[in-house]
Amino acid sequence: MSEEQPNLVTINIDGKDYQVAAKQNLVEAAKSVGIEIPHYCYHPKLEMAGTCRMCLVEIGMPMRDRAMGAPVLNEDGSPKIGWMPKPAIACGTSVSPNLHMKTKSPMVQTSRASVTEFLLANHPLDCPICDQAGECTLQAFSADYGNGKSRYRDAKNVKPRNKSVGPRVLINNERCILCRRCVRFCREILKRPILGPIQRGSMTQIDCYPGQELDGNYSMNVVDICPVGALTSKDFRFKMRVWFLKQTKSICTESSVGVNTTVWSREGKIYRITPRRNDSVNDTWMSDSGRMIYKTVDDENRLTGTRRGESSVDFDEAIDAARALLSAGKPAFVASGKMSLEEQWALKTLAASFGGDVYLTQTLAENDGFLISEDRTPNRRGALVSGLVKDFESASVAKLGAAIDAGEVKTVFVCGEDLLEQGLDAKQLKKVDIIYLGTHKNATSEEATVVLSGRTVFEKSGSFVNQQFRLQRFDAAIPGIAGTHNELDVIAALAARTITDASVETIWLSMNKDCAALAGLEFASIPADGVLLDASPWAKLAFPETGSLLYKPAGK
Amino acid sequence: MATQNYKVIPRKPLRWWEKLYIPQVIAGMKITLGIMLRKPVTLKYPEERPTIPKGYRGIPTLVKDQNGREKCVSCQLCEFVCPPKAIRVTPGEIDPNAPDAEVIEKAPKAFEINMLRCIYCGMCQEVCPEEAIWLQNEYSLNGYSRDSLVHDKEKLYELGGTLPDKHLKWKKKAEAQAHGPAH
Ligand code: SF4
Ligand code: SF4
Ligand code: SF4
Ligand code: SF4
Ligand code: FES
Repeated sequence: MSEEQPNLVTINIDGKDYQVAAKQNLVEAAKSVGIEIPHYCYHPKLEMAGTCRMCLVEIGMPMRDRAMGAPVLNEDGSPKIGWMPKPAIACGTSVSPNLHMKTKSPMVQTSRASVTEFLLANHPLDCPICDQAGECTLQAFSADYGNGKSRYRDAKNVKPRNKSVGPRVLINNERCILCRRCVRFCREILKRPILGPIQRGSMTQIDCYPGQELDGNYSMNVVDICPVGALTSKDFRFKMRVWFLKQTKSICTESSVGVNTTVWSREGKIYRITPRRNDSVNDTWMSDSGRMIYKTVDDENRLTGTRRGESSVDFDEAIDAARALLSAGKPAFVASGKMSLEEQWALKTLAASFGGDVYLTQTLAENDGFLISEDRTPNRRGALVSGLVKDFESASVAKLGAAIDAGEVKTVFVCGEDLLEQGLDAKQLKKVDIIYLGTHKNATSEEATVVLSGRTVFEKSGSFVNQQFRLQRFDAAIPGIAGTHNELDVIAALAARTITDASVETIWLSMNKDCAALAGLEFASIPADGVLLDASPWAKLAFPETGSLLYKPAGK
Repeated sequence: MATQNYKVIPRKPLRWWEKLYIPQVIAGMKITLGIMLRKPVTLKYPEERPTIPKGYRGIPTLVKDQNGREKCVSCQLCEFVCPPKAIRVTPGEIDPNAPDAEVIEKAPKAFEINMLRCIYCGMCQEVCPEEAIWLQNEYSLNGYSRDSLVHDKEKLYELGGTLPDKHLKWKKKAEAQAHGPAH
């Protein structure tokens, strides 16, 4: 047996020794070496419950002589294992040195098949109309470990179906396997016991406590954690079968928390967004409002096409017009925390080539104490990392107002923000020519002389720097809708002389030479859970965030 | 290019009785006459139609059960399995006031089979968990435009008609619902 390293223990699974991390349960330990132990009620981010019994395995320890404490050996000299007479739950057992476990023995197999048989006794034949089909663990484990046929001849129990438990969630109690993950989620994560079991025995159902409703902005997490199709999303109900959907890793743009997400799309249409596990950012949770952001893609306010003055023009003409305005002198650039790091860097290059000041907008709202922070943009810190602004104070939009009043600015290049919301007034907007590059219409785009339509986070790739200074990458889930252009291409077309290739990868090649915090990094190798950047150059700056799940700002 | 080795084989000259041609004409006439006297194998299509053998795979259609209820629940398995991707299902919720709404919940909002793509393989019929899609005996399909050969839901039901169902799974479900808790 190899030398034990600290925090590692050796356990034996199915006759083979493995080194696994200490202080974890057997389900996780087996998973870490690629062995699946089927489970329903265990969830890595919730307390252990042990209700489903699907994870039964055989467990044993090397025997010791009771009187002497000496190991008992087999005839061939190997330690004799004392197996427990009955199977035990892997989710409720922690690893310990020399623990032995059987996951494929006949006893384990019959346990799994029997648990499955009990779960299916009252389970409806609903898979064709069940939204969970294709990602249902009951479906998968019944196929893998079940008997393949039913011996049950009695009538099945009838329970409430299709019942609303909250504004965004439905429950079908016939499909519920009573794992109580949803109950624990409400109690432990929401800290509000909303869901609970009612009635007894085979009639047990999950329902809301009297006068309660599964409301709030985190209700749809129960849909993700429900291992079956009992809790389903009203928004995604009957929209598309999951096996048609392509999964793309993305980052939520709701706030500077930078929740990791998966975007599910088919043929250029997004059907849903779900959280992606990141143990340093959002665990496995996400807000309901963040899940709905995909609807902005074909929102009625979406900008498509390019416009100059009152008339639609083609892209090249709009770029020429914008270049003429910028070259006429006294330009200013308004950047936003909604832009990706690459776009911010490209804008810095553009601003340098036309010689204008850069201003950075700020969008603040209340912290919800969980996964939505005060700063409602995903990448305001990116403006520091890319070197677009030195600090927030000197780049505030209020300074732009003063500069316009003083006649120091003639043209403003605005990236996706509404200057009226940012504190400028309509009179000031009238004094300047505006070039607007953004995805949606707003008061500023209406005032603009030249409008260029950009792309949403789902239609391009790039990276964001969240409140922890964690660099996180997002990929394009769908192609840009007709009439829109990637912001990087637009900025490159305007800065034709300084940026020759606007692909994210090439921009990175220049960017990591230019930005100290990004040295040695490559876009393609940003890991799925992001990289923490060195934030020491900005340690003295004041940030609005007061902390959220897994993040406490220093000194607060 | 490498030179190819080949040999010229000269055609043999015709012999005297081959030059007469008569024996060959007689041999040909024998075959013609023999077939003239046999029962004809051709059909006067379209007035006459062939008998369709059992298990024939004609055009795919959607069927209703004996109660006139649409059987398809828009599970989209046929769309998934169809090799040339001829099927396109838009799933939808059934009218909450429909008599069976409580137990079925789901039905196709739109259902299209592009007959220009369909290869009559029958996979859709095989995969359907509700026995809702069936390949019929109909084989003659034509239209004046490409669009007319993309069958929509209405057309598919019109072609499919009714197929009595042995199981009536949803009826059993409704009965269980009326019965209440079983144990
Ligand atoms: S919960 Fe799973 S097994 Fe049950 S009907 Fe839905 S998909 Fe099928
Ligand atoms: S509703 Fe889902 S999560 Fe809740 S107890 Fe039932 S199966 Fe588990
Ligand atoms: S018969 Fe084959 S090709 Fe035609 S619709 Fe069905 S699955 Fe598709
Ligand atoms: S025809 Fe059958 S397989 Fe196709 S969607 Fe309808 S129920 Fe599913
Ligand atoms: S996962 Fe262990 S008892 Fe449910």
